[in-house]
Amino acid sequence: MHRFLNKHPTWAVLILLATSILAWLVFSVWPAWLVDLIGRKKTLVNTLINGLTLGGLYFLVASGFTLIFGLMRNVNLAHGTMYLLGAYIGYEVAEFSNNWFLGLIAAFIAVGLGGMLMQLLVFRRMEGDDLRQTLVTIAISIIAADLMLAIWTGTTYQFTPPEWLFGSVTLPIVSVIKSSGEVVYLKYPSYRLAVLILSVIAGIALWLFLNKTRVGMMIRAGVDDRDMLSASGVNIQLVFMLVFGIGAGLAGLAGVVGGTALSIAPGEDIRYLLASLVVVIVGGLGSITGAAIGALIIGLAEQFGLAYFPTYGVVITFLIMVMVLAIRPQGIMGKR
Amino acid sequence: MKNRPGILEQLLVKGPPSLWLLPAFLLLYPAMSSDFFTVQIGAYSLILGTISLSLMMLAGYGGMVSLAQLTVAGLAGYLMAIFGENSVGVMGFGWPWWITSVWAILLAAIFSAFVGAVSVRTEGIYTIMITLAIAVAFYFLVRQNYILFNGWTGYAGIEPPTVLGIYWRDPVPFYYLSLAVAALFYWAVVYCSRSTFGLSLQAIRDNPRRMHALGYNVALHRVTAYFLSGLVAATAGVLLVWFNGRISPGSVSVGVVIDILVIAVLGGLRHPIGPFIGAIAFVLLENFAIDLIDRERFNTVIGLVFLLVVLYSPDGLLGLWGKLRTRITHSGKTGPSEIRGETGSKSVDSIESS
Repeated sequence: MHRFLNKHPTWAVLILLATSILAWLVFSVWPAWLVDLIGRKKTLVNTLINGLTLGGLYFLVASGFTLIFGLMRNVNLAHGTMYLLGAYIGYEVAEFSNNWFLGLIAAFIAVGLGGMLMQLLVFRRMEGDDLRQTLVTIAISIIAADLMLAIWTGTTYQFTPPEWLFGSVTLPIVSVIKSSGEVVYLKYPSYRLAVLILSVIAGIALWLFLNKTRVGMMIRAGVDDRDMLSASGVNIQLVFMLVFGIGAGLAGLAGVVGGTALSIAPGEDIRYLLASLVVVIVGGLGSITGAAIGALIIGLAEQFGLAYFPTYGVVITFLIMVMVLAIRPQGIMGKR
Repeated sequence: MKNRPGILEQLLVKGPPSLWLLPAFLLLYPAMSSDFFTVQIGAYSLILGTISLSLMMLAGYGGMVSLAQLTVAGLAGYLMAIFGENSVGVMGFGWPWWITSVWAILLAAIFSAFVGAVSVRTEGIYTIMITLAIAVAFYFLVRQNYILFNGWTGYAGIEPPTVLGIYWRDPVPFYYLSLAVAALFYWAVVYCSRSTFGLSLQAIRDNPRRMHALGYNVALHRVTAYFLSGLVAATAGVLLVWFNGRISPGSVSVGVVIDILVIAVLGGLRHPIGPFIGAIAFVLLENFAIDLIDRERFNTVIGLVFLLVVLYSPDGLLGLWGKLRTRITHSGKTGPSEIRGETGSKSVDSIESS
């Protein structure tokens, strides 16, 4: 913190200023001229929280993508497919056992095992050949998407989250004070808040795993120098399988989480593939922190785009990507 | 021109028979086949092959596997509907066909150059990611946007013109039009690959840093390659929209974008003839595989074929043919090194060594 302050005083002041303006916008009661200028406060704050939530969901999806790339240089274009597969498997298990959490765990384990199998049977045979690996992931996603369509058809599915996550909570944020003096507080769906909290927990867990455990140390060493790690006696194939398992499992888990917040239908795989791609391009390939920053930016941009420029939402996402590529081609946290 | 007369004569006499057999077959094809085979198989393969050709020239010579080629073609199609005439009643400026098509092709090629400019500063596997992201973003844009692209419905009633008293939508004229376009670009790509530009592009593919040190403008070469490939893809895109008569988000969806990659890889990325071979195989599969299995499961079949090709013959059908030919001519005495030499220049696999 001190180092940052000393190194970039201008940036620090700008960030502080922006944060305080944002805090004022969120917590104050808006004067009339502001409402005339940018619309009702409810829209802005709701969009903000929606964006944060979506960013959390995107982080869950993209962290697996970036983890796999960071270690194995494998751009897994079947990642969106894994998301959708996780959602379907989770749905089936949750319906069968009547327990949403069982569905969540089943999706993580099943898709994680699938990822491990893919690494063991396919990608291990073409190590170091990025293009071929990527083409294989495309082939797998074509086949899997078609088979999923055959099994679960084109119907839209909807999860039922656990009882206590149903409904909405009242936030300690004043929406508007009515002329009668009655104070109206903002309400927000509790499940979406839970998504946000879950993704923060997942992020912290991932950080602890990578930074504080022995296996995490191996993974980080592998990201920096794969050959040296295997030369020092680590069974790198095992590490690869583990990472592929975790990365794929995260996608599956995100499938259940996202499928509950929105819905499950064919085509969602493409949406989340695009999200992961853009998030890691913006955040920097291979960096978990980058994925978090990228997910936040893209989630916010998408929701604000949806609220304020409905039919051009994608263009904003796209422009952010182009801008990052023009200024910093390796992404915000990426290494050259 | 006088010092090398009889080039044609030389080719006909000394060249391999395929050199004149193939054009002869292609020219006589409509006479031998029904309307269905002329258009749905023949012309359609040629159009898809031309779009894939634009991917092949980027990937094979430039080492940039761009998934945005179909998006460029689709944009050209949309521009035809916007500037020309359509039956939907949205946009449709009604410009004459020769302005519309030139504009559409040029703007789409500029868009392609822009895609190139966005992605050239990164290398290797990043290109696939960025171009795929652009392709998907374009799909979502045309689906959401009703003002310019008429959203979910898209445009219909886009017709080729009647020129010289010929209605170009008729099977035989349309086939010859597609053949002419495909042949022109095939020749142009072959010619371009041997030109100074093409050679330096291939050198940049093999070692960008060294070329940069030699004073070549690496980024400019790549963006130019994107522009040229954009011209190819956009022209094929105009033909495609005339072929279908309509364009909608489904025409630029991710499935179709991937199909173009599948076609190029299926045929082989090392020689310009590859994409056309891949296109014929793809179209035949699309039309006749459904007789063998359930119509709905075509994607599984094409995915499996693609998977097998990537796993066992990275150079596609062309590579398979090369291996087979070496096997026959050397009757089993060849080592792997000779097979390598047979297929020629540096492999596409080595692109990614950045």
